[in-house]
Amino acid sequence: MLSVLGSFPLFMTVLIALFLTGVTLPEPFIPFWPDWIVLVLIYWGMARPGRVSVLFGWLLGLLVDVMHGSLLGQNALALTIIGYIVNMLHLRMRMFPLLQQSFFIVFLVAIHLGISAWVRGITGDFPITLMYWMPALVSGIIWPVLFVMLRDVRRSGLKH
Amino acid sequence: MARVPVTNPLARLHAAPPVTLRVIILVIASIFLMLVDNRTQQLEKLRATLHTFVYPVIFLSTIPGDVFDTINRSLLKRNNLSEENERLKQENLYYKSRFEKLYALEADNERLKRLLGQSDDIAEQVLLAELVEVSLEPFTQQIVLNKGTADNVYVGQPVINGEGVIGQVVHASYIQCIVTLLTDPDSAIPVMVMRNGLRGIMQGTGVRDRLNLPYLTPDADIVVGDLLISSGMGGRFPPGYPVATITSIDRNPSQEFLKIGATPVARLDHGREVLLIWPGEDELSSPPAATDGPSEDVLAAPEAAGER
Repeated sequence: MLSVLGSFPLFMTVLIALFLTGVTLPEPFIPFWPDWIVLVLIYWGMARPGRVSVLFGWLLGLLVDVMHGSLLGQNALALTIIGYIVNMLHLRMRMFPLLQQSFFIVFLVAIHLGISAWVRGITGDFPITLMYWMPALVSGIIWPVLFVMLRDVRRSGLKH
Repeated sequence: MARVPVTNPLARLHAAPPVTLRVIILVIASIFLMLVDNRTQQLEKLRATLHTFVYPVIFLSTIPGDVFDTINRSLLKRNNLSEENERLKQENLYYKSRFEKLYALEADNERLKRLLGQSDDIAEQVLLAELVEVSLEPFTQQIVLNKGTADNVYVGQPVINGEGVIGQVVHASYIQCIVTLLTDPDSAIPVMVMRNGLRGIMQGTGVRDRLNLPYLTPDADIVVGDLLISSGMGGRFPPGYPVATITSIDRNPSQEFLKIGATPVARLDHGREVLLIWPGEDELSSPPAATDGPSEDVLAAPEAAGER
């Protein structure tokens, strides 16, 4: 029972991340939209490594693939690998100061974008522009705020 | 010597880092899925099922865009509703007059074809679909429509709007479908020059409003401003719909093929309503003969055609 209640913030935030991924923005703003899915996956991967790691990432990735209409397995692959990295390093990442975490987040989101671009490059013609990497930077910038918010959400979930 | 405690093999299996094992399995599974999805249509069902599963979230995602759009439109309405009404009336009159002519032409055409012994059913079924305000993978040229397999939408189905061809359906779930626009790098459509029937394949570039027409040799009779219509080859797009106009031709003598740029006739990022077409049976089974005007011998003498 406790685990169900404890999981509520986790699933709510994942749903919100999926929601934010689906929201349409005016064309010029699209590159500046953070990679919500990866951010949420990283946070929970750090906070609850026993529950959120590779399988969680893979399933989440499949859902993103379906939502995005991308090749089935493309986001799943990327999120599995990100889940794995976070799972291996979660103890160290918790010790990082927020700024250093932010840099690491830029790197992880870039992995996501890189794998997507790689898959799309293999299966078709995909021109990569500099703007393509923008979400990684924006995600890193927004991370400290998001981290504090998610931590509060998690703690409020634990009290019940 | 025996510093390592003797345990049973099962326990040792548990001791191996389970995450590493799982990540290997899942990476292989992902690659397998991608291979199958890229080569076949087998996974459409799985995709549709999962889509139904995430549909509530997708539905919620559409709300902000819809609200924004509604506000935008209501503001627009207040400003120039009467103006728009006037314009639409004029357009309607114009199209009606054209349509009357077309009606006579169609009857004429039908009669001539019967004389030639060809049965050609141009009757196509269409269905109005609306754009769904959901963002897809960034930097793809795709849109989501609010019609799915419930309305008999199928993968590969052509999509047009009032101006010309927009693209084709790539994924269809029960309630929605995803359409790849002409400008997507993965998109290709068989076309022909309306003026002389010269055929080619139009490819997307990934850049908005920019298409490529590769594989045409330097002696091809094609000029800037030529209208390209769907040729009906390949059996996906019905023939005769406007696709693009030629905007640039780079005649570099050292290149084997011309470098031809074009822009789509239909404004792909305008308007919320599009049409899904179900081509008539006959149309797709006998495409080229029906609409091909002049054939190879005319194309062989481009100079003669050009100077006229």
